[in-house]
Amino acid sequence: MAALDLARLITAAADTIAAHAEELTALDQAIGDGDHGLNMKRGFEAVRAEAQAFSAKPLPEALKAIGTKLVMTVGGASGPLFGTLFLALGKEISATPDRANLTAAFGKAIEAVGARGKSQVGQKTMLDVLQPAYEALVAGKSAAEIADIADRAADATVPMKALRGRASFLGDRSIGHMDAGGRSVALLVRTIGETLEGQP
Amino acid sequence: MSNVGIVIVSHSPLVAEGTADMVRQMVGDEVPLAWCGGNGHGGLGTSVEAIMGAIEKAWSEAGVAILVDLGGAETNSEMAVEMIGEPRAQKIIVCNAPIVEGAVMAATEASGGASLKEVVATAHELSPS
Repeated sequence: MAALDLARLITAAADTIAAHAEELTALDQAIGDGDHGLNMKRGFEAVRAEAQAFSAKPLPEALKAIGTKLVMTVGGASGPLFGTLFLALGKEISATPDRANLTAAFGKAIEAVGARGKSQVGQKTMLDVLQPAYEALVAGKSAAEIADIADRAADATVPMKALRGRASFLGDRSIGHMDAGGRSVALLVRTIGETLEGQP
Repeated sequence: MSNVGIVIVSHSPLVAEGTADMVRQMVGDEVPLAWCGGNGHGGLGTSVEAIMGAIEKAWSEAGVAILVDLGGAETNSEMAVEMIGEPRAQKIIVCNAPIVEGAVMAATEASGGASLKEVVATAHELSPS
């Protein structure tokens, strides 16, 4: 793994979320409360604003700072969930992670998100994209392969019935729409993978 | 004050404030009480920062019971408790109870000097298990 340029990762992630904010909000309007895109954009812009300060810290501290910033700025239920993902990553990752350490930390972070949301795979949530992405990482897949798997996992939330979150109030009517949190994860997985591999 | 504190967290500031009004009128001023509602940007929702502020405001060494409305309020409240951290976190409990009835019943119990455990148990009795 090439040396990790965190400022570049933050910029790429914030660009991606900003570019897809309307799409994410439209997904959330179908079965949620319609603020996911706006909330994510607010959070990632807040992180972008401090990208230099965050990237000057050791990686574990930087990830924890990003998680805290997301908790405080994203709002909704996504704030604690995406915030917990980064907070837990920061707790588990080493300052100079190799793929094994990154994989292990990512696995622990997904467990933390599940605990925070009292949720598990199969309930039409961000976990339904995080878990396949993690399994692909464990299996040694390339960044491009992992991104494709994450996209397909987000697509696979469409026929699911929501069992957690606001969408669960809709019961069967949540079927037929993609989970907005899952789509956000897929976008971030692709962006982070491409940036780490130095691709455009 | 040595009575258990009550925090009310709703997606709507109007619901949170109205619930707090009911607690004040029905129970009185013997219980530290704080509320928050709204996403901090003028919309419906809950804010971890605002919840942490409300916990500070209603803080009691006897502990704090939090009453919430919908799912995100619970998730954000649990996040706020974690960010406040130990040793105080172990004295803060997010109740599984309807927000209005839970707040009034929990505050009533707290006003008599009950422990955090008793206050939370009273609120939980309102929830079908």
